[in-house]
Amino acid sequence: MSANHDRSNLLEVRGLTKIFGSLTACDYIDLNIAKGEIHALLGENGAGKSTLVKMLFGSLEPNAGEIFWGGKPVKITSPGVAKKLGIGMVFQHFSLFEALTAAENIALSLNDGSPISTIAAKARALSFSYGLPLDPDSLVGDLSVGERQRIEIIRCLLQTPQLIILDEPTSVLTPQEADKLFETLERLRSEGKSILYISHRLEEVKRICDRATVLRHGKVVGHCNPREETAASLARMMVGSEVKAVERAPAEGIETAPALLEIRGLTRKPATPFAIPLKNINLTVRAGEVIGIAGVAGNGQGEFFESVSGEVLQQDAGSVRIRGKDAGALSITGRRLMGAAFVPEERLGHGAAPRMKLSENLLLSRHATDGKAFVGSGGMVKNSAVYSAAQRIITAMDVRKSAPDPEAAALSGGNLQKFIVGRELDRKPSVMIVNQPTWGVDAGAAARIRQALIELARSGSAVLVISQDLDELFELSDAIAVMHNGQLSAPLPIAEATFEKIGLLMGGAEPGHAEHSLEIA
Amino acid sequence: MDITVNILLTIATAATPLLIAAIGELVVERSGVLNLGVEGMMIMGAVGGFGAGYLTGSPWIGLLAAIIVGALFSLLFAVMTLSLATNQVATGLSLTLLGLGLSGMIGTSFVGQPGVRLPNLDIPVISSIPVVGKLIFGQDPVFYISIALTAAVMWFLFRTRTGLTLRSIGDSHTSAHALGIKVIRYRYLAVIFGGACAGLAGGHLSLVYTPQWVENMSAGRGWIALALVVFASWRPWRVLAGAYIFGAVWIGQLHAQAFGIPVPSQFLSSLPYLATIVVLVLISRNKRLTMMNTPASLGQPFVPDR
Repeated sequence: MSANHDRSNLLEVRGLTKIFGSLTACDYIDLNIAKGEIHALLGENGAGKSTLVKMLFGSLEPNAGEIFWGGKPVKITSPGVAKKLGIGMVFQHFSLFEALTAAENIALSLNDGSPISTIAAKARALSFSYGLPLDPDSLVGDLSVGERQRIEIIRCLLQTPQLIILDEPTSVLTPQEADKLFETLERLRSEGKSILYISHRLEEVKRICDRATVLRHGKVVGHCNPREETAASLARMMVGSEVKAVERAPAEGIETAPALLEIRGLTRKPATPFAIPLKNINLTVRAGEVIGIAGVAGNGQGEFFESVSGEVLQQDAGSVRIRGKDAGALSITGRRLMGAAFVPEERLGHGAAPRMKLSENLLLSRHATDGKAFVGSGGMVKNSAVYSAAQRIITAMDVRKSAPDPEAAALSGGNLQKFIVGRELDRKPSVMIVNQPTWGVDAGAAARIRQALIELARSGSAVLVISQDLDELFELSDAIAVMHNGQLSAPLPIAEATFEKIGLLMGGAEPGHAEHSLEIA
Repeated sequence: MDITVNILLTIATAATPLLIAAIGELVVERSGVLNLGVEGMMIMGAVGGFGAGYLTGSPWIGLLAAIIVGALFSLLFAVMTLSLATNQVATGLSLTLLGLGLSGMIGTSFVGQPGVRLPNLDIPVISSIPVVGKLIFGQDPVFYISIALTAAVMWFLFRTRTGLTLRSIGDSHTSAHALGIKVIRYRYLAVIFGGACAGLAGGHLSLVYTPQWVENMSAGRGWIALALVVFASWRPWRVLAGAYIFGAVWIGQLHAQAFGIPVPSQFLSSLPYLATIVVLVLISRNKRLTMMNTPASLGQPFVPDR
């Protein structure tokens, strides 16, 4: 890169180590970031990326190791110290205050005493110059996730940092928003700023990053130039072994198959001021097919899942129909008894009770539908039957655990998700609805979950998958619908769907206009 | 005419301790801490204020002592909930129980003793102007403090950077911590301010309202102050309105009972509570505004992950 003639290191990390109890999250990590480069930090979930950057930003204290800033040893004891050095951070889970305005949020991170109106004006000017338009007076709670990220970025840029750390910045963006972000990053690089870019999306790392450091299980396993690697070779470095690709045989005879899940004019008022209202949603999922619902987080997917699963009941019983019968007025158990199964987004506390054993969690969700198998006469629980069913699921889904029947909270996120999905699959449900099936799950486990969902559909069930991960939806789905601002587009058959089309719908383009705006572009 | 003025004066006297304690608690809750110990801090302020006034003969020293005792007592709560991250509800409740018991024990020798009363403001000539003179220029000093305090807190919370920081901590302490804001330090100061206010409110009871010491003399006012904060959706001017509505209906029903109105006295006694709740619920109908003003991290213990 032309900007990199002078490759003196801006940041050097030597032997940085962080230990949580018995887990070594970061194990003797070395990292060099040069001036004016975009440096990728790659790794699976749990590889130690977030721990490492938290130490660089001063929100975690390392157990051992040294950090050099511009060649001088420094101790980053708090985010304040990091900011003074010139390190800025855009968090994956935003550190914004929903009840305050964008300008107030920005003011809080700047330690000068200038009045809010001055800061608002500066933020507006900076945001337009970088092509990230932002209304400083809007309330954060009302903004989309993409807009919230802009606040984070503007807030970071106003501090004129030398190093900007971005933690999984594109996981909440539409492809078009991500393109805009990449333009901004390239402009920052040309201004001589360094960027530490954390992601597990390999294509974008190949596209914008100059160098990469790969972490696995808390250790640095390699450095590379991502432009010279393929996505597959990068994945191998991250995972440590080949990842089996998901196979999806084409669905046949779907048009004539019975509709197992029908959603008719589903409408819901917002439950809280910041919630999204659902507007006249229509969708049919037939036996044998997988339908994916794409969309940027916070566009009503959560509200939709609650309505379809029965966590929230509908006024109109006919707005949700399972296997041809009205289910809108039934509870979760009622809908389960009709043959439906649900996997919510939040694993601990929603999909599973954290402090209960796996077998107990199995009983909790299936005592009604599998009453005969698990509960004997007089309401006595058949413990051995529940235990052996739990073991059957553990084996079938390859759940890795430390004890025969551990508490749910003792499993890693990916393994717990495998168990929760397996628990529902084990019933052979005729309708399966999953929200974020592989969020935070490593590549191997994700492939296994996706394959299992496809096999369930091909064996004659209707599968509905809500996800923010477009790659996942393209791997799984026979058709993809897009949710935007509480409305659902008509499903686009997978053969016709492209990232661009789906991305435009995610950004709010009308289905009919998608083609048109593509032509202009 | 004189009767009306006197009634208005008693209303102000009844509302003042509620207002002060509630404004203090409002600042505490805006920082995300729920201190249910208001009643305990208030009664400790009352006994401390009475004792210091009685022993020194100076009501001003008494008032100062009430503030200090309230602040020190709240420090106990702050150490427990902020440094040791104990459950705020349980700690606050035990603070109230401890305060009620401790004040009774400290105050045994004060029972029946004549107290000292903080004199009303008395500006020659001006204070003797009919009606206005007495209402505006002839009340007790704590009344003026309470009004000034409300205005100051309003200005502090919504017009200063420090106030914005305090509100941001109440909205999300994890976000605030990530920005490098000293969450624990702010919360300590907020809790101590709340304790000082509750102590001052207690001092008003034993140095102005009824200048003597009676066990349990706070009589649930701390709880009313707590309820006022919530029903006022954490907004200072609504707390002021709530405190005065409560005071007005309270005094009104006392007069009604004295006149022998044929309504059961139990019903009349419950009227102030009902009226305050109804009015505050009506003015906080706007759900969105209420959500914006509710400190989202209220009552959650904060442990920085270092």
